Amino acid sequence: MMPPPVHPQVPLSPPPGPSSPTLIGYLWRWLLGFPFVVRVRGLAMGTVSWGRALVTAVPFLWLLLFFGLPFLVVLKLSFSQAVLAQPPYTPLFSWAEDGIMVLRINFQNYLLLVQDSLYWVAYLNSLRIAAIATVCCLLLGYPMAYAISKAKAEFRIPLLMLIILPFWTSFLIRVYAWIGILKNNGLLNNFLLWLGVIDDPLPLMHTDFSVLIGIVYSYLPFMVLPLYATLSRMDESLLEAAADLGCRPGKAFLTITLPLSMPGVIAGSMLVFIPSVGEFVIPDLLGGPNTLMIGKVLWTEFFSNKDWPVASAVAVATLLLLVVPIVRFQKAQEETAKKTEEGRT
Amino acid sequence: MRHWRPFLLFTVLAFGYAFLYLPIMSLIVYSFNESRLVTVWAGFSTKWYGELVHNDQILSAAGLSLQIAVINATGAVILGTLAGLVLARFGRFRGRTAFTTLITAPLVMPEVIIGLSLLLMFVAMENVIGWPGTRGMTTIVIAHLTFSTAYVTVVIQSRLSQMDVSIEEAALDLGAKPAKVFFVITVPVIAPALVAGWLLAFTLSLDDLVVASFVSGPGASTLPMVVYSSVRLGVSPQINALATIIVGIVTVAILVAGYLMHRQEKQRLKMQ
Amino acid sequence: MPVAQGARMRASQNLEAWQDPKARPIVQIENVTKAFGSHYAVDSVSLEIFQGEFFSLLGASGCGKTTLLRMLAGLETPDSGHIVIDGADMTHVPPYRRPVNMMFQSYALFPHMTVEQNIAFGLKQEGASKAQIKERVGEMLRLVRLEPYAKRRPHQLSGGQRQRVALARSLAKHPRLLLLDEPLGALDKKLREHTQFELVNIQEQLGTTFIMVTHDQEEAMTMSTRIAVMDEGRILQIGSPSTIYEYPATRYVADFIGSVNLFDGRVISEEGGLVFVHCDEVGATMAIAHGEPLIAGTPVSVALRPEKMTVTDIKPESDVNVLRGVVSEIAYLGDVSIYYVALPNKTLVHVQLTNLARHTSSPLTWEQEVWLTWEPENGVVLQT
Repeated sequence: MMPPPVHPQVPLSPPPGPSSPTLIGYLWRWLLGFPFVVRVRGLAMGTVSWGRALVTAVPFLWLLLFFGLPFLVVLKLSFSQAVLAQPPYTPLFSWAEDGIMVLRINFQNYLLLVQDSLYWVAYLNSLRIAAIATVCCLLLGYPMAYAISKAKAEFRIPLLMLIILPFWTSFLIRVYAWIGILKNNGLLNNFLLWLGVIDDPLPLMHTDFSVLIGIVYSYLPFMVLPLYATLSRMDESLLEAAADLGCRPGKAFLTITLPLSMPGVIAGSMLVFIPSVGEFVIPDLLGGPNTLMIGKVLWTEFFSNKDWPVASAVAVATLLLLVVPIVRFQKAQEETAKKTEEGRT
Repeated sequence: MRHWRPFLLFTVLAFGYAFLYLPIMSLIVYSFNESRLVTVWAGFSTKWYGELVHNDQILSAAGLSLQIAVINATGAVILGTLAGLVLARFGRFRGRTAFTTLITAPLVMPEVIIGLSLLLMFVAMENVIGWPGTRGMTTIVIAHLTFSTAYVTVVIQSRLSQMDVSIEEAALDLGAKPAKVFFVITVPVIAPALVAGWLLAFTLSLDDLVVASFVSGPGASTLPMVVYSSVRLGVSPQINALATIIVGIVTVAILVAGYLMHRQEKQRLKMQ
Repeated sequence: MPVAQGARMRASQNLEAWQDPKARPIVQIENVTKAFGSHYAVDSVSLEIFQGEFFSLLGASGCGKTTLLRMLAGLETPDSGHIVIDGADMTHVPPYRRPVNMMFQSYALFPHMTVEQNIAFGLKQEGASKAQIKERVGEMLRLVRLEPYAKRRPHQLSGGQRQRVALARSLAKHPRLLLLDEPLGALDKKLREHTQFELVNIQEQLGTTFIMVTHDQEEAMTMSTRIAVMDEGRILQIGSPSTIYEYPATRYVADFIGSVNLFDGRVISEEGGLVFVHCDEVGATMAIAHGEPLIAGTPVSVALRPEKMTVTDIKPESDVNVLRGVVSEIAYLGDVSIYYVALPNKTLVHVQLTNLARHTSSPLTWEQEVWLTWEPENGVVLQT
């Protein structure tokens, strides 16, 4: 019998004895709302230890400083104005002559996002391409994951390794490979010309199609792996029971396998969709001047136009766009984690 | 319909793997092409490898990238192990949701946003406290650590939660203090996950173009940045040669790792 | 089921230290409470355990026995109450500073260390010299008969061997107290029976106090000097195996240990040490020997063990301690036969008869009318 799970003990009183909180300790707790007293199972035994606080604080502070704080900076900058200076933006706060702090909030950048159709088109196009790419990945990845999960046991690991292997090679170079294949005098066109299927090279490069191919190619492993994980965990006897009750294999797949693999479908789709929306390298290398995607727009605003405030506003807007799928994804992840945890105990 | 099902599954797999591997194969084949025109075969040659070896820009960029990748991987394993311990062992606590969000958000955050926000913060920090001064290796390492820690944490946390907690409890019970239990018991048991996490962070860092482009300063170019600027100008046989070398190293490394794992497994089975 | 017969009989030691008022307990648990969220895993438990005892905490899963054991080891901290071990308050002492060792249910062997290194681990933490460690590890390997396996790793051992390594490791430091969490739970039935006696022998040889958690009542009966039966975080009864079996204190204990037939009724009168109980449901009057006085009208239950009744096809003369019914099921188990007798109100009574002779003169058959009888001292009155 596993010991029962330990729940946190409610009152987070200041720790007794030598580790009672110093002024800095209180300040820190107050600032972060982060407890010193952590009820622990395993390593720590309910007594308060500075070691444990340190273990928690180091990664937490790192991420707060280099991941959390930067977003506040972006948010702040999105309300300033671009100027030709170093750094190229106006300060949000300034001191007026009579010593009063002046807060200058500038909504120009957000207005621009609403008024200029360039941004609208880029947002919608990003969502559209990411959605189509996700569906393509699912259509290709599901049968692959299914086939691997049904392969003989000794082949499964090598087959999975072959899915993961491209991931370990350079992403940039894998995208580059498609330039050689898709361009006008590229391998695919040469091959089709040689076959006589076409008389003139097809314009494949610098289109939405080439961007789509690039995204599907790069993100396919992220679809296959979670799908394989759920499909391989599925109890084979469920299908046997269905067959025993008179269900034909095709119907059993639709009524049993597919619904039970939905967690994998959702996880895989999110893992493809979310990063595709903000993708920069693929639209930049494979897309044309008309392939507007939001990651590329942000890059251009920042590097070519040197307009940091507008780039920040684009970033904030993109984040707002992605917040719903990201939160859903995290919820789903937590639930799966909880389920495995319960399965263990 | 029984008998054509295996055939159908086989076809799907063949098509899928062809899709994954044909582009890589084409890169390798044309790296041995005599012609500068990558897509027109003009005879076998290894001259692009020769040119690559003498391309100082690529070599120094590769050196910088490797340094950054090693530092990043080592740091990410340390931070990721700490974060993994917090998530897997410290139960529920106030602030856990904030902690989990911070840990997992970089996994799904678009790279352009990570890069932009970090650069803007570095600029702001420089205005306020005068650090980090010139941007380059330090800022790239910090940026890479921030997102690779997330990946390493996931790897290590899942290994820690699979591990039997009573092994740690037994060590405590036999008189070892918590810190000692961690180094003598926990670390050896989760060692494979630590290695996997290190390799993952190493690859992520070596592979990153977008974030490094934002946070790097003049004069510090990583390998992906050099490759990118070359690729933007069109296909180049030298890049094919570089790709072939990278694919070769990765394949050999994975084959060796697979062989070692296979041998260990066989030994284990034999002894039982 | 004659489980009580398996209870240990020890001649050599002072068998009943807990009845000696001068004896000082080695473990004192005072009013210990532990809650997880709103669920009380252990609810104001008090308990004293004496030197040399083999004490069992018995109960169904989730009754709090493991939590209590983990608090003794220091792996959980009580919300309130005290734990005193060997005269010292250990309530807030971390596990690595306690003179107590534990054998884990999963054995918790360190997978990256050999058998030898596993056993030596605790001694190394004490800072013992190499020679001392070597000697003690050798002793332990001999004790559990694992000398040839010293260099093996845990995954190269069988389940039984792993169990013995775990035992040797937890005993290596000469603990004042050994805690065993379901020590035989992971073994198959045959090996478990054999290991029960081995464990008892080792305990007698070393004289160490053992506290064992188990959900298996037979195991607890066979091995323990005393048993504490737990349910919902509370201790229901503490006593020797025979006391618990013959004089259960509550319905739960009576039902949990062995099989029992329970009849609800009310006290009518009391005379000559006998309590007369009338059970309306089955329409019978029962006379049961009972030590304490009971007021007439008190609601009680009468507990009757299956082997303490007899079945006969001849109508007895008395009206007291007689139940009439028909045979509903018969199970022949070789050494014993089990009868389920249906009373007129459909209650099934479980009766067990030992098959003394090879051919019973008048075998009972299905649907036959029979009478169940018992002696007053064979029943127990339980206050509800």
